Amino acid sequence: MADVEEPEKKRRKIEELTEKMAVDGEHMGSGDWDGRWNHVKKFLERPGPFTHPDFEPSTESLGFLLETCKILVIGAGGLGCELLKNLALSGLRHIHVIDMDTIDISNLNRQFLFRPKDVGRPKADVAADFVNNRIPGCQVVPHFKKIQDFDESFYRQFHIIVCGLDSVIARRWMNGMLISLLSYEDGVLDPSSIIPLIDGGTEGFKGNARVILPGMTACIDCTLELYPPQINFPMCTIASMPRLPEHCIEYVRMLQWPKDTPFGDGVCLDGDNPEHIQWVFQRAQERAANYNITGVTYRLTQGVVKRIIPAVASTNAVIAAACSTEVFKIASSAYIPLNNYLVFNDVDGLYTYTFEAERKENCSACSQVPQDLQFPPSAKLQEVLKYLTENASLQMKSPAITATLEGKNKTLYLQTIASIEERTRPNLCKTLKELGLSDGQELAVADVTTPQTVLFKLKLTS
Amino acid sequence: MAATKASKEQKYDRQLRLWGDHGQEALENAHVCLINASASGTEILKNLVLPGIGAFTIVDGHKVSGEDVGNNIGRVSNVTSLCYTIVISNPCLHNRAQAATELLQELNSDVSGNFVEESPDKLLDNDPEFFHRFSLVIGVQLPEGTCLRLGSVLWNANVPFLVCRTYGLTGYMRLVVKEHTVVESHPDNALEDLRLDQPFAELKSHIQSYDLEGMEKKDHIHTPWIIIVAKYLEKWFSDHNFQLPKNYKEKEAFRQLIRQGILTKENGTPEDEENFEEAIKNVNTALNPTKISSIVEDIFNEEQCNDITAQTPAFWVLARAVREFVQNEGGGNLPLRGSIPDMIADSEKFINLQNVYREKAMQDASVVSKHVESLLQSVGKTSESISEQDIKLFCKNAAFLRVVRCRSLAEEYGAETVNKDEITSSMDGADGEMVLYLMLRSVDRFYQQHSRYPGVYDYQVEEDISRLKLCVHSLLQEYGLNVNVKDDYIHELYVWPHVQLVIKIITRQFVPFNNTFIYNAMSQTSATFQL
Repeated sequence: MADVEEPEKKRRKIEELTEKMAVDGEHMGSGDWDGRWNHVKKFLERPGPFTHPDFEPSTESLGFLLETCKILVIGAGGLGCELLKNLALSGLRHIHVIDMDTIDISNLNRQFLFRPKDVGRPKADVAADFVNNRIPGCQVVPHFKKIQDFDESFYRQFHIIVCGLDSVIARRWMNGMLISLLSYEDGVLDPSSIIPLIDGGTEGFKGNARVILPGMTACIDCTLELYPPQINFPMCTIASMPRLPEHCIEYVRMLQWPKDTPFGDGVCLDGDNPEHIQWVFQRAQERAANYNITGVTYRLTQGVVKRIIPAVASTNAVIAAACSTEVFKIASSAYIPLNNYLVFNDVDGLYTYTFEAERKENCSACSQVPQDLQFPPSAKLQEVLKYLTENASLQMKSPAITATLEGKNKTLYLQTIASIEERTRPNLCKTLKELGLSDGQELAVADVTTPQTVLFKLKLTS
Repeated sequence: MAATKASKEQKYDRQLRLWGDHGQEALENAHVCLINASASGTEILKNLVLPGIGAFTIVDGHKVSGEDVGNNIGRVSNVTSLCYTIVISNPCLHNRAQAATELLQELNSDVSGNFVEESPDKLLDNDPEFFHRFSLVIGVQLPEGTCLRLGSVLWNANVPFLVCRTYGLTGYMRLVVKEHTVVESHPDNALEDLRLDQPFAELKSHIQSYDLEGMEKKDHIHTPWIIIVAKYLEKWFSDHNFQLPKNYKEKEAFRQLIRQGILTKENGTPEDEENFEEAIKNVNTALNPTKISSIVEDIFNEEQCNDITAQTPAFWVLARAVREFVQNEGGGNLPLRGSIPDMIADSEKFINLQNVYREKAMQDASVVSKHVESLLQSVGKTSESISEQDIKLFCKNAAFLRVVRCRSLAEEYGAETVNKDEITSSMDGADGEMVLYLMLRSVDRFYQQHSRYPGVYDYQVEEDISRLKLCVHSLLQEYGLNVNVKDDYIHELYVWPHVQLVIKIITRQFVPFNNTFIYNAMSQTSATFQL
């Protein structure tokens, strides 16, 4: 008899809790129906031996997830569509998404929030519309912009940021932005200034997902060597000794197009324009024929010009799932997050590997310690530039170097603005001594890979 | 028509670069069956519909519930719920199969979707042959009884079966296929097939045509490294009794030998000869003796390879033909692959060298083709039954052939045939994914006994934990497994999407796992077992 009563009591307790939620009106009001959040509740309202040591199961966790938690999704492409779907379905309502691209027909094999009629429209807008229309209560805010169009005040508002980007440069920029938001008091990191960054990447049947706690765990730059270098063919091969069909295509893209300007002066090669690709394809075939090289196809031409990376829905689904799991874990504090790097490969069987990527002591992005630059005083500025771009841990793209000389800020070299580039170009051939730089001098370097300038300490060797 | 084909090529461009036009064709000719349009089920289908599977049929007798529409902890998509605004007011009226079919169709108009509003058990009772028409069947969240029944029907009909289950933060997949052959396994780091240890006649005479000592500097610095290594190997052979450099010491000496061949400037310093540096760098791999891997040897020794009949699938006819080649014209070697890596060289030298390899590969392939023809004739079939293209593809991939065979579910579940060794050895540490497998099996038992899953209702949690413990113990006892399952695991059990496996089975490219995959979302770890 006691047995019968016990379950009765327990059932009533759950009902009371549910009623309380309804009375609070917070999360039962906005279009929720019976059983909608049952699955989520099971995770948040029951303790278990694998939950986070600090986790207190309660009905309030669901409240936070639904009403307060604000997430930023960067990228509304292959990973982004999957992420938005996953996050919205797990109850998160306040989601922003940034994407600077418009929809292309080749996106439709995996970016499932888009339909053929959407081709040409901004990805962020269409993705947000789709989710907002289909998932009651969800409020996705789209931004058809570049990540660089926003500043700290924008990024600061989010609890967690998830990236589904397609470039290492963009990742590094985001990484740098979150690091710049960190505040230190007497050298101690204030944990409330940390915004977790969950980063996913895919390529064909391979992918990875990682959790970054800026200032605490390994950041993007700490593990720069993990990213494979881009394949660029040597110029002499392209110009005079082609052997592969790719060399012929690169020749047309890099040398013949600027010379022939087939579609008008100053009209750049647009990989998305079929007429442009067709022109490159035909010229590449001609060049290949001169050298008895076979294998130039339209598909190869497009692939080389656009640096296309193959992609399928399933890999994106897997990696987005891993990332959203981490968002859920961190947002709910219900489980210990991934620590901190997951690798996935399903070419042969199904393989995952998880490891803890380590912070680099002298990381140029997150170590707070100015980097040393060692050069003899007779070294030319050109050599410093070469080091900044070629060093595996720095891999800068077009660094701009400034120094404080005689109390004034002097730009030593800047590539990205034509007039300044011209003015400062002669400095490249001058030695560090000639430029008036002294031992221990601080050099400030700006680059697309980071939103903040990186400080270097110049050590002049004898 | 042309317009549709072009737009399909554009739409599928990113995936065509992975499995090619022929892979896509296989996908578009396939018809898969999904049993249970649950969250994981619809996610799996979504990832097949998007790349353009030919057709799908959903078998599901359930109605949509409020839970279906709200489901998901972010790792699984329920396409049903994505589109369900209309049904919110009365979520329980709609049949799940129909709803899912309509919404999945929306994702890709090239795909044809069908549904059957019926439970799989009823179909197995009344019309088990219904399942024979499919390229592959996916069973999601099937109770053990249904799973085993279906498994037996599909095993006998040779239809691949993928079992998927999610529970709490655990994901489980089991592939059941009698025999799956793969020609294009696309290995990640394949060694080149250069034959430097035993150059074929045409390669030898091509190497002869080079005179390293006598040539001009501009030719010297543009000579392909393959030629360089071959030339110095000739020198080495004559001094070392025709033995390849074997250990580190000998390889280092060989590298030095090559280094001495670098031209010197007038002032005595060495010239910048990148091709020689390439040769030195490649010594390690270039001198590997040419041999056939044990995997391929095993394939040659299989029964199917020995007994060719009119019913023998093309894969085995081709394997036998290649075996004939190996044992006769090939002199113990597979047909030449025919490709060489890019290397520093002027265009003419490189293309000429490449053509030597290509032409030899074509020659070998046409010899294999003759063997194929005579094998087919011997069983009364025409040579058209296996295309030249397929023969060439097979020869090119001969070193990478793979055959995957899975044990049946009956074998896995049978008390006499359970793979005790795999289970016990994987239980090392008792924290691995094998524990989750045992837990899932125990949960199945629970369902068999109580017609529901443990912990569905909050008020049952405590009692269910002890009931589940009983299931665990009875399972371990029945199988005579002397292992320990920590109480923690009995308390806790979540999803993984996954589906690349289905594409691998249908396109016969890349290698599927054999045969059980478990994913632990808590720790984000996974493991594969052969059960």
